[in-house]
Amino acid sequence: MQLDLSADQVLIRDAVRDLCAREFGPQASSWDREAVVPRQAVARLAEQGFLGMAIPEDWGGVGYDSRTLLIVLEEIARVSAALAIMIAVHNSVGALPVFRFGTDEQRRRFLPRLVSRELAAFSLSEPGAGSDAGAIEATATRTEQHYVLRGSKNWVTNGEQAGVYLIFARTDKAVGSGGLTAFILERGTPGLVVGKAEDKMGLRGSDTVALSLEEVKVPLDQRLGAEGEGFKIAMSMLDAGRIGVAAQALGVMGAAFEESVRYAQQRRAFGQPIARQQAVQFKLAEMERRIQASRLLIWRAAWLKDTGQPYTREASMAKLYASEAATWVTHQAVQVHGGYGYVKEFAVERYYRDARVMEIYEGTSEIQRLVIARSLLKDGVKV
Amino acid sequence: MNPDILTASAGPSFDLTEDQQAVREMVREFSESEIRPIAAKIDETHEFPLETTKKMAELGLLGMFVSEEYGGAGMDYLSYVIAIEELSRVCASHGVIASVNNSLVCYPIMTYGNEEQKRRYLVPLARGEWIGAYCLTEPNAGSNAANQQTTAVADGDDYVLNGTKLFVTNAGPSDILVVYAATDRALGPKGISAFIVEAATPGVNKGKKEMKLGIHASDTREIAFVNARVPKRNLLGEHNKGYGVALATLGGGRIGIAAQAVGIAQASLEAAVKYAGERRAFDRPIGEFDAIREMLANAAIEVDTARLLTYQAAWLRDQGRPHIKEASLAKWHASESGTRCANWAIQVHGGYGYLTEFSVERYWRDARICEIYEGTTEIQKMVIAAQVLKEHALEA
Repeated sequence: MQLDLSADQVLIRDAVRDLCAREFGPQASSWDREAVVPRQAVARLAEQGFLGMAIPEDWGGVGYDSRTLLIVLEEIARVSAALAIMIAVHNSVGALPVFRFGTDEQRRRFLPRLVSRELAAFSLSEPGAGSDAGAIEATATRTEQHYVLRGSKNWVTNGEQAGVYLIFARTDKAVGSGGLTAFILERGTPGLVVGKAEDKMGLRGSDTVALSLEEVKVPLDQRLGAEGEGFKIAMSMLDAGRIGVAAQALGVMGAAFEESVRYAQQRRAFGQPIARQQAVQFKLAEMERRIQASRLLIWRAAWLKDTGQPYTREASMAKLYASEAATWVTHQAVQVHGGYGYVKEFAVERYYRDARVMEIYEGTSEIQRLVIARSLLKDGVKV
Repeated sequence: MNPDILTASAGPSFDLTEDQQAVREMVREFSESEIRPIAAKIDETHEFPLETTKKMAELGLLGMFVSEEYGGAGMDYLSYVIAIEELSRVCASHGVIASVNNSLVCYPIMTYGNEEQKRRYLVPLARGEWIGAYCLTEPNAGSNAANQQTTAVADGDDYVLNGTKLFVTNAGPSDILVVYAATDRALGPKGISAFIVEAATPGVNKGKKEMKLGIHASDTREIAFVNARVPKRNLLGEHNKGYGVALATLGGGRIGIAAQAVGIAQASLEAAVKYAGERRAFDRPIGEFDAIREMLANAAIEVDTARLLTYQAAWLRDQGRPHIKEASLAKWHASESGTRCANWAIQVHGGYGYLTEFSVERYWRDARICEIYEGTTEIQKMVIAAQVLKEHALEA
């Protein structure tokens, strides 16, 4: 057992924290209010190598392990959960699968762009296929030189501005999830129609779109992995994606907590700071409890991943607990702020809205419980 | 190897040392073979388990973190926590018997005792030849422990103790007591001193055994002190510095109680998962219903978060770092996790969960005390909030 960050991790965390506080913090509210994608912030993060966190240095990335990557995501989420999800999706489920499952030729073609300037998007969900990924209907029909993709995709984070899309479609209609195949698509490919950004409750600074696949011709060499391997590729990314969301949740609740502690000491009622009231103190204590428990679950899952041990159950636990903790903590942060928590001048109402989606995307809470319970029943209780 | 391993792994890691794993294996085997067969029976009879307590002593479980020089096992705090967890997984009464002797009796003597006190008292306590008990709580001093009514008045070579202590764990079999008393009542918490008292001292009167909701096999009594003469050489730590001894002791004790709760939560989860896989309803194992799965998944998260927070506190303590907040977080969280997991375990078992034949109702009764003793949940929240406000204090 060892719970200290490494010296490198401390340096990286402090650098990201400083960058976020100085450059992004002052703007995060306006990204939310105006639903503007923070391209400039992405470019700044790209300059520092944060688009290549999951890619080894040999391929132009910075080669962080999972724990370090999550520490970065947490820090970004402290100022903007929207920016954090863009970076998380790009690194964990956008660029990484290209490295992990791509041929050397695909790596050479796509990774240099992805580690330096272009965002990647991951497109699995459909209007009729969310939690049940086996129900995907988009098809990929093979011709001599191409696959022809047809169908509709939903909830594509980074979808408006991505340079590269990972798209999952069915090459075999007969065999459920075993008939899925992954493809790497370039932005601007004829027939890849990007819908307009969804108008969301939270994460308003991140672009979420629907994609329409209208007879998209995809060259054979842009298939990622083998035919029928798509579900495996998608699933192998999900666990890492889930701890990424957990880290995002951790960042948001950390920010909500700190602002609540500060406000509770400044705001006076009945002749003293409200921080002297037990009712308020207990909220702060409970925030601290949920934050620490979340952090330990996240670090444990990441440590398992980094040391090559199975971590599916633990990733689901981290994602489920941290997302629900974030909703709870941000809710209470609004409560501590009273009426001021309900107005946009204070950031806690944004945190509250942003946190809510974390119980939904990358596997709803219900799916996480299913994953955990199945694992318990199949493999038994650990320790 | 995992292809995602990109750099030499560093930073937070959660593996246990070989010694820590060996402690878990040893205590689990002991608990399964020696305690499991009697756990339900001593719950029913309220009998203090003298035999297995003696065996715990032989295994070094009653003085785990005391150095070998003073008769202990010389283990780190995390090993101790693992041992309490494993004992409590089978029988929470055994967990608290060991926890009190280690955390509340050996610890303060080891830390504040002089050489003579350590030779005379710590060695037999750590070896488990003598059983220790801790006397702080009084009828009017529970959460507000500083409100001590028991007095210790200097008289010649002795202090004379008068007063009544409540809820003393291990009271019946105890040989040695660590007793707190007011040496200067006008000074409040700054007028309290700690004493090592031999239970056989005239004027030390153990009351009758309390009948409790749970942890039936742990022996809880009132102890009255009526002109009990304690030699001055048995003053533990400095005169009027006893409250500090009590607080420092409870800081570690809380981690022990957290570990006890983790063990109960673990046992509850194991029972629930096993039963959900076996019991059939509507033509399938009930574990196939989301309603049951939700309880199992929630319980698994409770167990893991409770364990992680508890190990975190123990790890900090082993590093010699501040851990007041983390000990309280662990104690609060784990104790509630224990209650919740035991409650779910009963629910998954349905009517059978309400029968003593299945152990989950015992887990439920045993878990409940963890939210109360060694600082109620409310006290833990006060401690945590005070630390949080200190850490985040606004600059003047």
